[in-house]
Amino acid sequence: MAATADTLERENKLEGIGCKRKRKEDGRFIQGKGSYVDDVKLPGMLFADFVRSPHAHARIKSIRKERALALPGVHAVLTADDLKPLNLHWMPTLAGDTQAVLADEKVAFQMQEVAMVVADDRYIAADATELVEVEYEELPAIVDPHKAMDADAPVIREDIAGKAEAGQGKREHPNHIFSWEVGDKDGTDRAFEAAEVTVAQEMVNQRVHPCPLETCGCVASFDKARGELTVYITSQAPHVVRTVVSMLSGVPESKVRIISPDIGGGFGNKVGVYPGYVVAIVASIVLGRPVKWIEDRTENLSTTAFARDYHMVGELAADKDGRIKAMRVNVLADHGAFNAHAQPTKWPAGFFSVCTGSYDIPYAHARVNGVYTNKAPGGVAYRCSFRVTEAVYVIERMIDVLAQKLGMDPAEIRLRNFVKKEQFPYQSALDWEYDSGDYETALRKVMEAVDYPALRKEQAEKRSRGELMGIGLCTFTEIVGAGPSKACDILGVGMFDSAEIRVHPTGSVIARMGTITQGQGHQTTYAQIIASELGIPSEEIQIEEGDTSTAPYGLGTYGSRSTPVGGAATAVAARKIRDKARKIAAHLLEVSENDLDWEVDRFKVKGVPGQEKTMKEVAWAAYNNVPEGMEMGLEAVDYYDPPNFTYPFGAYLCVVDIDKHTGETKVRRFYALDDCGTRINPMIIEGQIHGGLNEAFAVAMGQQLVFDEAGNILGNTLMDYFLPTFVETPHWELDHTVTPSPHHPIGAKGVAESPHVGGIPCFSNAVNDAFAHLGVTHVDMPHSAYNVWKTVHRLGLDKPSAA
Amino acid sequence: MKKTHITFTLNGQPVEVLVEPRELLVHVLREQLGQTGSHIGCETSHCGACTVDLDGRSLKACTLLAVQADGSDLLTVEGLAPGGELHAVQEGFVQEHGLQCGYCTPGMLIRAYRLLQENPNPTEAEIREGMSGNLCRCTGYQNIIKAVQYAAKKLAEGEVEAA
Ligand code: FES
Ligand code: FES
Repeated sequence: MAATADTLERENKLEGIGCKRKRKEDGRFIQGKGSYVDDVKLPGMLFADFVRSPHAHARIKSIRKERALALPGVHAVLTADDLKPLNLHWMPTLAGDTQAVLADEKVAFQMQEVAMVVADDRYIAADATELVEVEYEELPAIVDPHKAMDADAPVIREDIAGKAEAGQGKREHPNHIFSWEVGDKDGTDRAFEAAEVTVAQEMVNQRVHPCPLETCGCVASFDKARGELTVYITSQAPHVVRTVVSMLSGVPESKVRIISPDIGGGFGNKVGVYPGYVVAIVASIVLGRPVKWIEDRTENLSTTAFARDYHMVGELAADKDGRIKAMRVNVLADHGAFNAHAQPTKWPAGFFSVCTGSYDIPYAHARVNGVYTNKAPGGVAYRCSFRVTEAVYVIERMIDVLAQKLGMDPAEIRLRNFVKKEQFPYQSALDWEYDSGDYETALRKVMEAVDYPALRKEQAEKRSRGELMGIGLCTFTEIVGAGPSKACDILGVGMFDSAEIRVHPTGSVIARMGTITQGQGHQTTYAQIIASELGIPSEEIQIEEGDTSTAPYGLGTYGSRSTPVGGAATAVAARKIRDKARKIAAHLLEVSENDLDWEVDRFKVKGVPGQEKTMKEVAWAAYNNVPEGMEMGLEAVDYYDPPNFTYPFGAYLCVVDIDKHTGETKVRRFYALDDCGTRINPMIIEGQIHGGLNEAFAVAMGQQLVFDEAGNILGNTLMDYFLPTFVETPHWELDHTVTPSPHHPIGAKGVAESPHVGGIPCFSNAVNDAFAHLGVTHVDMPHSAYNVWKTVHRLGLDKPSAA
Repeated sequence: MKKTHITFTLNGQPVEVLVEPRELLVHVLREQLGQTGSHIGCETSHCGACTVDLDGRSLKACTLLAVQADGSDLLTVEGLAPGGELHAVQEGFVQEHGLQCGYCTPGMLIRAYRLLQENPNPTEAEIREGMSGNLCRCTGYQNIIKAVQYAAKKLAEGEVEAA
């Protein structure tokens, strides 16, 4: 027993996997000593600011810079014509299209970048943007994606008007980008024809923006004497940015250094390469001085990376008992003026085909059409894996619509259709292999925790009194951890990720990864993985990311890749070190490797108490006494190419009360059960879930980028764009089950995006459920008070007599 | 543009700076005085990332002209732990995981510091109301509320001990 207590104590000291360890990164942030891009100040640094288009669609007739250049303190005004000789006026997008870096002869969305002013400080730069005179000839704009392919629709992209392809397949119209379809169309059609019940519903995932608290920006610094380019940048993918920058600028990749310093939230907003980065780099090369470009909030909301804008028709076919036989989805995707979504290259609709969700659906077919409109480019994964929020929304809404048609309880219909625990690994109709799951246990646990029958009873009573109460369920499956390089790449680079670990002679560790934290706490959690694998306390393990000159190449942090891919690389690299350490320990103890047992932090000779070497002792020996023929040192690198994605899942429940006079929705309860496999740091997991739920609440209840018919963006400040405050944010109740991923080295699946993906349909289902007994099948998000009031009013529920 | 001299006390130290009348306080703090703890998230007084404590009130430095701070007593996040010992609100944020990306954190801390002087023992609802001028995109607020409660408790215990 003594040995057990001792091992336990040693294990606790490590603060390894499963420990609610306090975060390593907090110390600097709570003292105001973080280092974000806008905190970077280099000698001789200049400031850049954009002249932007006031029109959504217009021809540029002339640009006059003279007055701006005459302003003292202005160093340059750059336009497309200045970038042309360098061939940098257009840049490739991650989606195989090209995007104007500075508007070339015409503008295609409001706020598009037309010219960049570089000046001594940000005030002079802002003044100078007003002095640049641009003459436009307005053109009719396309705002509604449904009109983009009309015969008489104005052509948005004259640069590719005649091309049969725009990087992602055949085009049928100058404003068409791609058609993508997947699944057995004939089988699905037959299942629909034969079905006892079918339902169809139109629904929109409205255009939103990830809106991290810190906007995008960079400081570019070209050292002419050395020919080296350093760029501090708000990037979730610094290594990919380096590759792109090198390709665009012609500076060899080895002389480009990209540094992602502390990042004030990303949520998908900071994956892409934006014109501001490119022009700041050009300006620095041309002027030979560092140039800072930081967008303001209005520029952020208007130009850098919207998300969603999926206009969907979902259909389900089922039998009378609610068993789903087939699913069909048709999507019209509004990609804006350039196809600059950030999906893996071969996936124009991301992983949307995970839309069969947690249900065993034999036939499915999905089709997505992408079109250009006169809006900002984007289509990023806002706190989700690529297009998974849209996929989960359509199935989770549709299953409620089906339940309503059949008069079934939404919980019951889910239980009837779940993929069963024993079916894993499960092959979905749209060709994904789900790694592991136990959906039924998760849902039952939630129903029990909230006393689901009692809630339904309460709802029935309230309904009889004319009150509006809604109960929303969501039992989602996510797909994260892109991805196997055979399936996923970005611009030809496979989507692996990496870790490099070095154990120093004294036994402390430095490890560097190809991912980059934006608040997820990598410095804390990666250290926990290494601690458990190597038996070295987390406290002595230093984690570094984000500097391409020191970190190994990786694809970055988005789509919940860090734990599934970077975390796996970390575990595997640590195991390589442990393998070498075992050889050294055997040598020191003069036994064979097979005579050794690994226990927490040391190798012990089997059956010989006291004969042991701790990892620390081995580390020292690695630098002075290794077996003959072995090289010195104790370090390892791993480039991990995952064999499959991981599939985190969860069961959420939301209760809302709606005021039928004001349309205000009060979230009374939100209960979230998540299963992300092995839990590395429960404190951080819970924090991630709180945050993801809040972003789900934001999308479901209020966020939307609205445009008028001329393509003017309405509401691009925080005055209009909804970010929930302390006051309207609900209280969160969390729960979990643990179903490890069978193919991940430590069984972890990734978690930070599940609450966003699962939360949105849960809120929406709750609001829709409040009206379900009145024959309403679906109302689109956002469920703002005004929108809900419109439903209430349409139904006549707000009349005094109905009170 | 003609510049003027202003003086104020920043985190207990007298400072004198030359500013343009139109310069915002947050830019002067960050760019001239090198105090980059106060952040900019919106420039429109909505997000609170730039919150500072000016003469005992929480104010948003993105919508204050630097000249308005002339003669004032100003506290920013950099001044919360003068002797190197963390303030209770700072400790609370670490203990209760009240921060993730850290971008909102300085503003949150400065606001929480003032809130707890206005109301040393706030209820959850009072914290939600009292902190509602500060936005966070990462935490979902729940742990920030716990952090403020932690600090309130710690400060109250400190007072008992001191008495
Ligand atoms: S930057 Fe001052 S409130 Fe947002
Ligand atoms: S911790 Fe990121 S905005 Fe609050």
